[in-house]
Amino acid sequence: MRTIWLIAGAVFKESVRDRVPYAMVVFAVLLIAASYLIGQLTAGQDMKTIKDLGLSALSIFGLFIAVFIGIGLVSKEVDKKSVFGLLSKPLSRTQFILGKYAGLVMTLAVNLGVMTLAYYAMLYYMHATTLPGVRLAWPSPAMDPRLLIAIGLIFAELMLVTALALLFSTFSSPLLATMLTLGLWVAGHFNADLRNFENVVDNPAAIAIARAAYYVLPNLAPFDVKAEVVYGMPIARRVLGFTLLYALVYITLLLTAAVTIFRRRDFK
Amino acid sequence: MAAAIETEALTKDFLTGFWRPRPHRALDALTLSVEAGEVFGFLGPNGAGKSTTLKLLMQLIYPTSGRATILGRPAGDLDVKRRIGFLAENPYYYDYLTVEEVLSYFARLFGFSGADVKTRIDRVVEDAGIEPYRRMKLRALSKGNLQRVGLAQALINDPELIFLDEPMSGLDPIGRHQIRDLILKLRQRGCTVFFSSHILSDAESLCSRVGIMAQGRLVASGEVSELLAFELKGWELVVSGLSDDVSNRLRPRVRSITPLAHGRFMLELAPEAEPEKLIAEVRATGAQLVSLNPVRETLEEYFVKQVTAAQPRHDHAAEPRKAK
Repeated sequence: MRTIWLIAGAVFKESVRDRVPYAMVVFAVLLIAASYLIGQLTAGQDMKTIKDLGLSALSIFGLFIAVFIGIGLVSKEVDKKSVFGLLSKPLSRTQFILGKYAGLVMTLAVNLGVMTLAYYAMLYYMHATTLPGVRLAWPSPAMDPRLLIAIGLIFAELMLVTALALLFSTFSSPLLATMLTLGLWVAGHFNADLRNFENVVDNPAAIAIARAAYYVLPNLAPFDVKAEVVYGMPIARRVLGFTLLYALVYITLLLTAAVTIFRRRDFK
Repeated sequence: MAAAIETEALTKDFLTGFWRPRPHRALDALTLSVEAGEVFGFLGPNGAGKSTTLKLLMQLIYPTSGRATILGRPAGDLDVKRRIGFLAENPYYYDYLTVEEVLSYFARLFGFSGADVKTRIDRVVEDAGIEPYRRMKLRALSKGNLQRVGLAQALINDPELIFLDEPMSGLDPIGRHQIRDLILKLRQRGCTVFFSSHILSDAESLCSRVGIMAQGRLVASGEVSELLAFELKGWELVVSGLSDDVSNRLRPRVRSITPLAHGRFMLELAPEAEPEKLIAEVRATGAQLVSLNPVRETLEEYFVKQVTAAQPRHDHAAEPRKAK
């Protein structure tokens, strides 16, 4: 366990000093700030727009960080052969993969944390500069703590995406791994449509393939509760718990696959 | 003395080609034994199988067949990894970490902690000659200094056995001299050194034994003195005060006479020329003997001979296409 944390610590240190994630976080913070201006253009919808845009910015830039750092760190380690030095030390390949993953998740958590602080600062500004009478028209308070549920689910989704990126980077080139990860992220958000495929198609084979794809591909739609949170609608605890359990199981499977591939790999 | 490294018919095939992958034999049945405490030079031209062997020993790649043991245990064993050091060819570590951070990271992976880590870092940065750069990020270092960082990390656990893949690569003459001194120091400490190189002068001056690889096969191995001892190629005799008359008289019995500076001449003699007789004759004419040296085959010449003699193998990848 100590070894895994050591590797995670090095990944974290290396990635927080890299300027790319900073640039992404700065860009996300700017976008969150810009949502204030956009909110001004939508009469009566300003708070909902700001909340929605802010959460979307968090989600998209979190995705970029997860994919680019996730793939970059492992691929770079293999391409530039630093993996040679590391794997000659007393650590197993399993510890290497788990350590990398833990480090990436730590990096993601910090970046998401910074973006969340910026988001709440923006919402606080909105709250402080709005008349109490106008605030009453909002479906939920500006600094609604339930936003953290949405951010928590974005984090869980990004942990899953990071595991996907890590898996692909164990056997494919960085470009292919990026395309596969982003492709699965998009597919994952439309996965629910595959379940209802029989409503639009009669072919039993196509229905069976769609059903199989539904179970194999990650289902990322349940992680998106932006609408519920922004409009003040309830989120069932059971659904929340099941979504987190789903993330845990799926991440475990992805990491098991990544470890299995990585353990057998020849580093030429 | 116990063997530090032993391989038995170690073989590695790589698949080449995208549509119809065919096996290419990178290492062919390598059987080798390196004794504890010796400096073993693993020599060969590019593509001879040196790095493949090192990667197999480090279990960065898995053998197609055969076996390898290090310090009496299978290659890749975690307990063995605690006792060895490895410097990869053209090492790269982490751009955004400092030299100290990288070394501290590697020391902690060995389970060292607290003041012990600092003591070890102090020792290895001194040994590798990177003391002035210890607080610099790796991305700011030159290739030669990165090579030194690689060497420092390989020494962090005070290994019993160290593997160095092309340790002189990227180093200036001073750097190479420092690495040579370091290898000698390691030998004095009783550390077994296994290093691959194609710089033969380094191997000749450092190694107790060498192995020469060509086309994935071990084509020669043994003590340097043993491999070269029987190959006396002639004698070099330097004399001064040789008159033209004497010089013309000796010319049919020597291979060549070359005038040197300050009235000296170098006489090249065949191995069977009996230099003692010639010296006596030359002295009788009033000339003086300056030096007499046997000319032996250098490791480089031996190497070229062995590598050239190695026959091409007939594996699938190497097989020429049949003419239509």
